[in-house]
Amino acid sequence: MKILVAVKRVIDYNVQIRVKEDNSGIVTDNVKMSTNPPDDNAIEEAVKIKEAGKATEIVAITIGDDKAQETVRKALAVGADRGIHVKADGIIEPLAVSKILKAVVEKEKPDLVFMGKQAIDDDCNQTGQMLAALLNWPQATFASKIDVKDKSLEVTREVDEGLETIEVNIPAIVTCDLRLNEPRYASLPNIMKAKKKPLDQMSAKDLGVDTNPRIEQIKVEEPPKRKAGIKVANVAELVNKLKNEAKVI
Amino acid sequence: MSVLLIAEHNNKELKPFTLNVINAATQIDQDTHVLLIGHNADSVAKSISEVSGVKKVIHVDSPIYENYVAENYVPVILKNAENYSHIVSAANTFGKNLMPRVAANLDTSQVSDIIKVLSADTFLRPIYAGNAFATVKTNDPKKCITVRPTSFDPAPSTGGSAEIVKGDPGEEYSLTKFVKKEEIKSDRPELGTARIVISGGRGLQSSENFKLITAVADKLNAAIGASRAAVDAGYITNDHQVGQTGKVVVPDLYIAVGISGAIQHLAGMKESKVIVAINKDGEAPIFSVADYGLEADLFEALPQFLEELNKLNTIQK
Repeated sequence: MKILVAVKRVIDYNVQIRVKEDNSGIVTDNVKMSTNPPDDNAIEEAVKIKEAGKATEIVAITIGDDKAQETVRKALAVGADRGIHVKADGIIEPLAVSKILKAVVEKEKPDLVFMGKQAIDDDCNQTGQMLAALLNWPQATFASKIDVKDKSLEVTREVDEGLETIEVNIPAIVTCDLRLNEPRYASLPNIMKAKKKPLDQMSAKDLGVDTNPRIEQIKVEEPPKRKAGIKVANVAELVNKLKNEAKVI
Repeated sequence: MSVLLIAEHNNKELKPFTLNVINAATQIDQDTHVLLIGHNADSVAKSISEVSGVKKVIHVDSPIYENYVAENYVPVILKNAENYSHIVSAANTFGKNLMPRVAANLDTSQVSDIIKVLSADTFLRPIYAGNAFATVKTNDPKKCITVRPTSFDPAPSTGGSAEIVKGDPGEEYSLTKFVKKEEIKSDRPELGTARIVISGGRGLQSSENFKLITAVADKLNAAIGASRAAVDAGYITNDHQVGQTGKVVVPDLYIAVGISGAIQHLAGMKESKVIVAINKDGEAPIFSVADYGLEADLFEALPQFLEELNKLNTIQK
């Protein structure tokens, strides 16, 4: 079985983002970037499945500018076998990402495609479901547990009311929740080895996908600032304020 | 122009967030129709028809809709999509799972998680977990939108008298099967929708000490949250995590205890209406977003807090 894992390079989750002065977007120059956190869970799960002898090859793919390759190298360092970097600049909307992934799936013919449930930059939560739609494959979103069976997966999904279990036939798309597993760290020797693993490059154009955004981003602003609060002297004052001033208890 | 809204329900009751989404939909266009896909859900159809602002209910009934599976819903939505300019659902796990599958079939670039309707094609939506707001305009002929329910008031559940028409079911999708749903049975409100949330951080020092949080949560009928640091330290399970990598919550009252206020945590709670911070480090960043800050040792403050609350007899359930 072959697993394709899609990973995205985003601003590190510990960085305080800044809005550009001209309100055209978010400052990304000289900002620490990392793999989108749930994409790490997607890679980890694929590696675990391979370690359990149920998968033979893991291919990590990313879409973006040259630096996006770092994300694939990190995936290679924790256990992916080879990488694909699809070069594309600017904002690539989930619809375009899913079209690129579809083209790659048609070439690579994986049995499973894993990715994070959502990217922490645009917060769209669309790509996995869109790819499933374009391929007419089953989708198991927000996965917190995956059981690989003979020709299917049993997936436990994190839903608002609790947990839902579905069974999806292979081939399938799975989008991963942070609860799925604990991603491992890459060891230094493995980071070195990852540099020698194969990494194919292609462009969105090579794959025949139009990546022009459909949605106009008119402006990006900082959210309204909270009014400065007050410090209370003790618990009694706090409870009094909550009851009589804020009226929330 | 008219809006087709996909109802979330369990065949017995309409999920309350659908009312918030109906309100958002009517702000896009007054001609809002609701598509109800289910099995033996006549009572749900009736209750939707009574919601203020709903002009028409399309009720599709088949045993294949006994349980919600996005792959089964999509063909029905596509069949009905032709007459509508907008397709709308909630940006919760129901709509997030469903809408992109609809949008890709329509070759539409979806607008996720809107918090404000600026016009029929222009919306405000949070990005970077609410650390920035983007104004976006969609130019696709058919617009697929998910709505953050907590950003809109619910539409009144009475006052409407929409006609209910029957729609045709779609083909069953055989590759995905519903197995089971385990609803978390808890007397405590759900973290995502609770009116009051009390969260603990690394300052709690152990899972044992979370009992202090639990006691106050019981008293206030609050949901229990946690910072990523507390989760990573193993004090509490990850489903309690509030933040950019956990849940985004917008309660009326958020109480942060022993939480320093890392960026990633603030992203998940700073839209709360009233924020209380209890921390012994007066310089902790959490105080910069707190309406009421108490610089104190939580191990003394929490028992006192409970004691003071016990003196009040007006806690709203």
